[in-house]
Amino acid sequence: MAISEPPVREMQTRQPVSARRNGRWSGYWHLLMARMRELKREPEVVFWVFVFPLLLALGLGIAFRSKPAAAASIAVVNSANGERPVSALLQPSQQGAFHVQVLEREAALNAFRLGKFDLVVESQGDGGYKYFYDPARPESVLARAQVDDALQAGAGRKDAVFTQSAASSEVGSRYIDFLIPGLLGMNLMNSGMWGVGFALVDMRQRKLLKRFVGTPMRRSDFLLAITSSRLVLMIIEVGLLMSFGVLFFHMRVLGSFWAIALLASLGAVAFGGIGLLTASRAQKIESVSGLINMVMMPMWIFSGVFFSYERFPAVAQPFIKLLPLTALNDALRATILEGAPLLSSAQFGRLLILALWGGISFALALKWFRWT
Amino acid sequence: MGFAIRCRDLRKTYDGKVEAVRGVSLSIAAGECFGLLGPNGAGKTTTIEILEGLLEPTSGEVEILGHAWSRNSRDLREQIGISLQETRLSEKLSVRETIELFGSFYRQPRPAQDVLEELQLTEKADAWVGKLSGGQKQRLAVATALVGNPKILFLDEPTTGLDPQSRRQLWDIIREFQSRGGTVMLTTHYMDEAEKLCDRLAIVDHGQVIAEGSPAELIAKLGGHHVVEFSASGNSDGSALETWRSLPGVESVRDDAGVISLHVDAPHITIPALLDAVERQHAQILHLTTRQASLEDVFVRLTGRHLRED
Repeated sequence: MAISEPPVREMQTRQPVSARRNGRWSGYWHLLMARMRELKREPEVVFWVFVFPLLLALGLGIAFRSKPAAAASIAVVNSANGERPVSALLQPSQQGAFHVQVLEREAALNAFRLGKFDLVVESQGDGGYKYFYDPARPESVLARAQVDDALQAGAGRKDAVFTQSAASSEVGSRYIDFLIPGLLGMNLMNSGMWGVGFALVDMRQRKLLKRFVGTPMRRSDFLLAITSSRLVLMIIEVGLLMSFGVLFFHMRVLGSFWAIALLASLGAVAFGGIGLLTASRAQKIESVSGLINMVMMPMWIFSGVFFSYERFPAVAQPFIKLLPLTALNDALRATILEGAPLLSSAQFGRLLILALWGGISFALALKWFRWT
Repeated sequence: MGFAIRCRDLRKTYDGKVEAVRGVSLSIAAGECFGLLGPNGAGKTTTIEILEGLLEPTSGEVEILGHAWSRNSRDLREQIGISLQETRLSEKLSVRETIELFGSFYRQPRPAQDVLEELQLTEKADAWVGKLSGGQKQRLAVATALVGNPKILFLDEPTTGLDPQSRRQLWDIIREFQSRGGTVMLTTHYMDEAEKLCDRLAIVDHGQVIAEGSPAELIAKLGGHHVVEFSASGNSDGSALETWRSLPGVESVRDDAGVISLHVDAPHITIPALLDAVERQHAQILHLTTRQASLEDVFVRLTGRHLRED
């Protein structure tokens, strides 16, 4: 049977196009803007990336704030000469170090047992005192020493040596000062891994990656846009957390703005690379979620976010120091808290570790990345 | 005459065992609307994705506008538009933002406003993609394919799951593109879509082209432009089929669970003879219809199965 000739038409019947031509970076720019818009319109992202770290810093900062030692609570047993110790303890020179209450013996001991008082003082007939204290409670031991000092001084004991004390609870050595750079590092890791890894697998599962590579889009532009969107978010994250530390906890920042920005960018890019590698093959968001958690879990524990990794055995230390988050946290702490220059040998080593993690991950990810 | 799409002996084997495509050769002229018609799992999507340059064939050659995918792939991508079977575009972007995003990948895209108007999405321009209906989403998918002002449009099951009105809207859009000289390659398992839209078709089954031609040719090739379907009491013995086949004007006979289908040239000759034959057997006609033969009949004739087994 004869196959009829298909209708012949000219090929140049494309639509008349406006003179507008797209420049080299048009695709990149639109991809970046689309990514930023999507993030902005996703309330969960705003919460987890921006609000959650602030709440964490606030909560932990309040829980572990350095507070002046509380005044010791002392119960004095009511007796004939019960007034004597009380007046000695309330000497103005003691500067309100004690809360004193006079009670019957029974009531005093009962309340002590319940933890209401740190110490019970009972006058003895011979002009001496008897202390009831609990050697297992540090504040009870302390109260006993303080009260004994006060009573001995009140009774006229002279110090054998003249001593002087200077109070020291300096900004920079508190828990919150340790914590904020750690949270910064953790946040850079979290949002790098989720923001890149999860987002890519989600797009792959939705066949959006495949649709994109069906256009003349440059694949490098796409990856660059994802990375840049991380950097933009990073600036906001770091800025928020640092200003929060400075405003709420009077954190003192010794390192320069540029040094911190450079460290944070390196951290964001390194974890972006690790996120990209984690996401290079996975087809389903369920499987990538597991992978991301598996990669991050050791670093949450070992990299010194909430407590110093010096607590782990010495054998483990070299491995812990090779983790990217350890390097980032150490570098951030050295720069923020000590103002260490970036090119000092210790800092340089950390930067190198981060750069290697990021660089190798990126290279492997590009090799293995599955677009369809 | 320029060929827009050509492929020779395409084969695709997954994991060394599943043969999705087994030697498909096609030539599609510029300006044609060509359809791949076949049931689910016939290898249509694999074939079209190889032609789109998204899948590497195990063997065989592809030429798009005279070029192979291995060279100038970026230039080729400038000239084709694609709508995949299922792409979930970003829900939190607006329709206009999505079209502009896709337009930004092309050197010289059409203005987003033009595309919005052509696809009847102007009213929804600022709505988020997540808020669109199924038909609107599908039109947006086609819009992202048209924004690059392509010469060839690839559509993989463009109307699956849409309501009749949305399907007709999309058909109009496809015709409009073709009327401007564009070439269309689409896959479908709807025979009415293939019949109404396509200049030529390839019927695909088990990874092979089992028939090719215009819808009218394919139906003509079947022999008999009309189908007479009937069931009669007491006609279950095997010899009955021979009786029906010997009736005047009958090209072929098929017994589909008691319903007999006769492909005939002239129903006005065959039907009286059929009624006589039934009477001679002392049987009774329980049901009798006659209709134009369709691509579905072609498919059933060729494969013994229906296009959609649901």
